[in-house]
This record gives sequence, C-alpha cells and structure tokens, in this order.
Amino acid sequence: MSDEYEHKLEAKSDYVGDASSVSTPDIDAVPAAELPDQELYHSHSWWTTYVFSQDAKYIGIQYALTAVGTGLLGLVLSWLMRIQLAFPGLGWLDPASYYQFVTMHGMIMVVYLLTALFLGGFGNLLIPLMCGARDMAFPYVNMLSYWAFVVAVLVLLASFFVPGGPTGAGWTLYPPQAITAGTPGSDMGIILMLISLILFVAGFTMGGLNYIITVLQLRARGMTLMRLPLTIWGIFTATVLAMFAFPALLVGCLMMTLDSLLGTSFFMPAMVSLGETLTHEGGSPILFQHLFWFFGHPEVYIVALPAFGIVSDLLSVHSRKTIFGYRMMVWAIVGIGALSFFVWAHHMYVSGMNPWFGFFFATTTLIIAVPTAVKVYNWILTLWRGNIQLSLPMLFSLGFIVTFLNGGLTGLFLGNVTVDVPLSDTYFVVAHFHMVMGIAPLLVIFGAIYHWYPLITGRMMNETLGKIHFWITFIGSYAIYFPMHYQGFVGVPRRYFEIYDSPYIDTSTLLLNKFITIAVLIVGAAQLLFLYNLIVSARLGRKSEKNPWKANSLEWQTPQMPPEHGNWGKELPKVYRWPYDFSVPGAKEDYIPQNQPPSEIIGAKVEKT
Amino acid sequence: MSDSSLQNLPKGWKSVPNDLGSDQTAFKGVQWGKAMMWIFLLSDTFIFSCFLISYMKGRASTVVDWPNTSEVFSLDFMGVPVPLLLIAIMTFVLITSSGTMALAVKYGYEKNRKMCGWLILATAIGGLTFVGMQAYEWSKLIHEGVRPWSNPFGAAQFGSYFFMITGFHGTHVSIGVIFLFIFARKVFRGDFDKGKRGFFTTMKSDYVSIEILGLYWHFVDLVWVFIFAFFYLW
Repeated sequence: MSDEYEHKLEAKSDYVGDASSVSTPDIDAVPAAELPDQELYHSHSWWTTYVFSQDAKYIGIQYALTAVGTGLLGLVLSWLMRIQLAFPGLGWLDPASYYQFVTMHGMIMVVYLLTALFLGGFGNLLIPLMCGARDMAFPYVNMLSYWAFVVAVLVLLASFFVPGGPTGAGWTLYPPQAITAGTPGSDMGIILMLISLILFVAGFTMGGLNYIITVLQLRARGMTLMRLPLTIWGIFTATVLAMFAFPALLVGCLMMTLDSLLGTSFFMPAMVSLGETLTHEGGSPILFQHLFWFFGHPEVYIVALPAFGIVSDLLSVHSRKTIFGYRMMVWAIVGIGALSFFVWAHHMYVSGMNPWFGFFFATTTLIIAVPTAVKVYNWILTLWRGNIQLSLPMLFSLGFIVTFLNGGLTGLFLGNVTVDVPLSDTYFVVAHFHMVMGIAPLLVIFGAIYHWYPLITGRMMNETLGKIHFWITFIGSYAIYFPMHYQGFVGVPRRYFEIYDSPYIDTSTLLLNKFITIAVLIVGAAQLLFLYNLIVSARLGRKSEKNPWKANSLEWQTPQMPPEHGNWGKELPKVYRWPYDFSVPGAKEDYIPQNQPPSEIIGAKVEKT
Repeated sequence: MSDSSLQNLPKGWKSVPNDLGSDQTAFKGVQWGKAMMWIFLLSDTFIFSCFLISYMKGRASTVVDWPNTSEVFSLDFMGVPVPLLLIAIMTFVLITSSGTMALAVKYGYEKNRKMCGWLILATAIGGLTFVGMQAYEWSKLIHEGVRPWSNPFGAAQFGSYFFMITGFHGTHVSIGVIFLFIFARKVFRGDFDKGKRGFFTTMKSDYVSIEILGLYWHFVDLVWVFIFAFFYLW
C-alpha cells in the first residue's frame, strides 16, 4: 500500500474511530462541511411567494392540497359507483358512466392522489428538513414540477367535459378496447388521459431528480445515509423506482396516443368493429400490458415504500422506542424496491402467457413476501414492551399494520398462478388491492398528517374528531372490504355495472352489496369530518409547543416552528446520531435529538450509529 | 490515527454502503447538476430501452414480412443504390460532434473562452446537420410512400416504429442543439467567467454546466448508435 493511499484512508476514517483516538479529544467533533452553504432563492412578490413558490415546504403543501382535492373527486366517484351497485333499480348510472367512474376513480387514487401526496407532498416537505438541508437542490425545477402536475390534473379533469366524456377503459387502459368504438371516451377521453399521464411523468421526473439529489448530496454534517430516518429511505427508494418505472408508462402512453391519433398499429391487431374491418393490423395488445405493468407493479411500491418508511418513524416515536432492526428495515426497503421490477407479469396470468413465465413470476412474487415479512415483524418488535402512546398517529399506524398484513396475505393467494386463475377478475382482487395499496397507505397518510400537522401550522388537530375519524375509517374499511373477499370467492366478477338476477351468483352477495354501500357512504362522510378538522384546526387548533411529540429527527429541531424560509436560521445543524434514541438508559430525557452534542448527554448509553 | 480505528471499518460488501453514505455527499466533489444529469440520463435510458424492446417485440410478431432495410434505406449515388450511405454520413457527423463537445468541455475548464465557444458552435452545427439529414431521410421515405400507418415495402409497423423512435431521438438532438446555441452565446458573452445569474433560476453560472450539457450530448450520440444498429443493421 502506497503512503499516499494510506494517508487518504486515515483522513477518511477520521471520525469513524472512537473519539479518544482523534488527536484533539473533542467528543463533539463532526466532519467539516464538504460544500459551501446553499444559496437560496428569495421571493420578492406575492406571486413568487405563494403561487410560483420555490420553497420546498410550500411546494409540498401545494402538492398535498392539489392531490387531496383530486382525491375528493375520486371519493365521490366511488360513492356513485357503490350506489349503482347496491341499488341498480334506481337507475342511478348508465353502464358508460359506471365504467368512466371506475376508470377515473382508479387512476386518480393511484397516481394523482397517492403518488403525488407521498412523493410530491411528504417528499418535498420532509426531505430537506429531515436531511438538514435548507431546500431542495434545484428549487426552480421543483416549482416547475408542481405546475406540470397541476396541468396534468387539469387535463385529466378536462376529459369530463369533452364529447364522449372521460375514458371508460378501466385504469389499466388496455388496448384494443381503450381506443375502439364502443368503449366510453374512446376518442377524446382516452387521449386526454394519455396526455395527462405523460405530463404527470414529465413533472414527476423534475421533482424526482430533486428528491434523489437532495438525499444523496445535501445532507447535514454528520448525517450519514445510515442515520437517515426511515421516512427518507422510503421516499428516496420510491423515487428511484419511479424514475425507472415511469419511462415504461410514458412509452406505452405515447404509443397508444399514436395508435389513436395517427392510426398506427403498435397495440392494435386486425379487428372487426361494429361490422367493419378496421384498418389496424399486426399489432400486439400484450405488449401494452407488459409496458403498463412494468410501470404498474413498481407503482404499487412507489405508494407502499413511503408508507413503510413513515409508519416506522411514527411507531418508533409514539412507542418511545428504538426502531427494531434499523439496518434490516433499510435493506428490506431497498430489496423490495429492487424485486418489484421482476414481478410485473403476475398481473397477466390470464393473458395467455407461456406457463413457464407464470412459474417464474409466481416465484419472484412470493420472494417479495420475505423482506415484507421482515418489516412487519420489525414493526411488531418495535412495539414490544414499548411505552405505547395511543395518540392519533399511533392509532393509525396500528391500523396500518393490521390492514397491510391482511392485504399482504391475500396477495400470497393471488401470487400463485393456480389460485389466481379462478379468482382473477373477481371482487377478491378488488378487496386485495384496496386493502394493501388503498387503505393501508391511506391510514399512514392520515397518521402522518396528524403527526406533522403542528410542524406545518404550529397547531394541533382536534383529538376527539381525530379518534372518531380513525374508528369509523378503520372499522368501516373492514366492513367494506371483508365482504368483498367473500363475494370474490363465490365468483362475483368485478367491473360489472349491475349484477343481474343470475343463477350463478349467490343472492347473499346482493344483500352484501347494500351493506358495503352503506359502509362506503359512512366512511366517506368521516373523511369530510377529517377535512373539516384539517381546515378548522389551522385557525382554532390548540397551539402546539415546539417538538410536541418529543421526536428526535431534525424536522422538529428547527429554530422556529413552523420552520422559516431556509429552515435553519444562520447555521446548519450538526448530526451526531440516528433519530431513534428513545428511552436511552442513563439519559435525562427519554429522547435524544439527532443534533444534541454528545457532551450534553454524558452517561447516556446511546447506540453507536 | 491508530490502526484500531481502521480495523473498525466494515469489510467486504458492508463497506459499500458505509463508504457511499459516510458523510454529507454520496458522490464526492460532484456538482449537484452533474449528478442530476446522470440520474436523468439513467431514466432516459429506460425510455429508449422501452422503445427499442417494443420495436423488437413488434418486429418479431408482425403478420406481414418486415421490409428489406438495406433496400429501403439505400441512397442513390451516381445512379447506383448504395445501402447505408446516408446513415453512415449522419452517424459520422453526430459522433464527430461528440468529439468537438468533449474538446469544448476541456477548453471551458481551461477558461479558454474563444475556443470553448467555437467548439460548442461546431457541435451545434454538427447536430443541426444531423437533424437536417434526418429530415431529408424522412422526406425521402415519405415520398416513397412510407407512412406511420402503412408502407409499400412490408409490415405497417416498420413506418410506425421508425418514425416514432427516430422522431423521439431527433427531438432529443434538436433540444440539445437549442441548448448548444444558447450556451455558445453565454460562453461568448462571458457568463461563465463572471458567474452571471441565470435568467430563470437566478443561480450563478459555472463552466460545469458545459460538462453537464456535454453529458447529455454524448448520451444522445450513444443512443443513436443503438438505434442505428437496431434499425439499419438488423
């Protein structure tokens, strides 16, 4: 080994060793800043402060509000669909609008609510604060990202007002039916949907580059990757997934747009439609399914991984206990993320694939259960003998564990080809994916909003209203989705706008449909209660003290709360440990913030991180 | 520094996340914009991969035979159809422009304003020539009856994939050319020497931007090599 090399190694490992070996025995030493302080954009007008804001916190809130607003539409659509299913005699919807509402509900909830809220909303709000940065790396691009999202939402909503209405092809938009006469919205609706998705991908890419670079390059002094809160790990990994999965969606959308507008035949086989032979010939509908699901499966984890990360932090803070197996949690997030690119065709078992493909994809799908189970065990072991506070975030986190476990177990059923084939296209599938990627992440979102609300507004949300909201939502979702599992088992097909008096379908399911619909209306109303709480508490809520949950992570350690522009005042924080030092033996308080220097906590037996 | 602290460092695979996450930045000394461009290009690679894999799948499963590409893409030279002639010139021009771009980056870091500016301009003109020749090729094919939805030589998908993928790549080149012209002007005006603030972003200019633009340009060239191989040589 050359002298120079040795010297470099020593210089790099300076702070890794125990403090006593450093020449000046300063136990508060943190490695020197690698970069000069970030230069911030300062707004000068009302427009650049509140509308075209370049402050990540504002952008996060803008993203979240837009996503929630769009999500409300998705909620109303689900009400209308359920009323139609339970009371077909009312003639509430015609078949075309039922399909259109199914499609828009699905796409809005998955892409425009969950993805935008987790990554755009929580990502923008939390990444700079939790990493100890002043802002995102590229504030201007970040602003563009949000406005591209707004345009995407507007284009999507515009499809309600064009001739033919929005597309009714189902959220998977499968060709050839998506662009063939007979499907609602097969000319204008589908085009607007595809353009909206392309805009969303473009906007997301701009935001995603920001999130990745900020996490990798803009952390505070001492904030190593393995000291990041799991929230950041979840959002970061999900962003990486999105950067590699959205391209497939973009390409699929572009090709279908050309099929529809120019009459190309990428996805269109030779067909007879309405008695006429179409000019299309020789395309492959299965190709679209591959492109769609190469995006679609990672998309599930784009929604789930931030939820995993956030819920880990909520559980740790609200049970005053170190997260169990931090490193394993990180590797499980990364592992699930990587595996999610190798399982997409389990959505296509009935598409006529070669059985060996089914075998391969069933195997990879079941392998994902391993890191996922690691996470569930670790959450439970985090709670084990913890000082559990039944605060609102904790209630929602507990609800998440149960719901997610439930949805995950039905996933094991559907991951096996032989079990999946009879269950395919029944309500069992609907119940499964709503449990695992609808309700479970939503519970985390609610928990996270109750948890970080004081950080944004400086006030607490109303506890009583929150508890009512939780119990109705939690029990209500079971009332909705448990019966659906049964319906699926007895063979009720999904996407039927009316279950006729069929000898093949048990009459008990008709009664259940009414029960489910009543539950849906009640649960939906509880969300309005939540929104009321959200809006009113901003003005009238109890004033929160600084760091109300006594959390360790950096977002609560800003000089002002809510944090100001630039987050950290004059000096950036220095980080000495991970964010999970709760109830440390020998410490005065039951929590030790990440930026508290070791000299202030002498005697505490902190974990070496 | 004692040896014991060195022994405390993780070994083997564990050392990778340890090194990568050891401190403030994962990529030491890499400017943010440069890291961003790398990740963007990685994402863009997935877009082009999806295009090319779709093309392979489409070509493999058409019901009508694929056109004979060496005939379709041949160029009449002195009355003799020469396969790959136009495309060879196009490829040569584009690859050469990558060379001039690399030199521009070098002169930029040496603060040689004149040379840097002229080389960026040369790169832009190379790119423009490429786009021009591509426009010629498109119009020649359209003249011969090739359309996105059909063509007289064989499977309709030939035109669809050809226009879509070369069009998407051509758009990349055109965007690159626009930025090259803007950057040439910035260099000649001395923005990068003075650290002039960006019109939109209000952030200070730096010569590293030329390298970032260079990364994009080399990527566009690299993608072309694959498109060339898949469309013209297969």
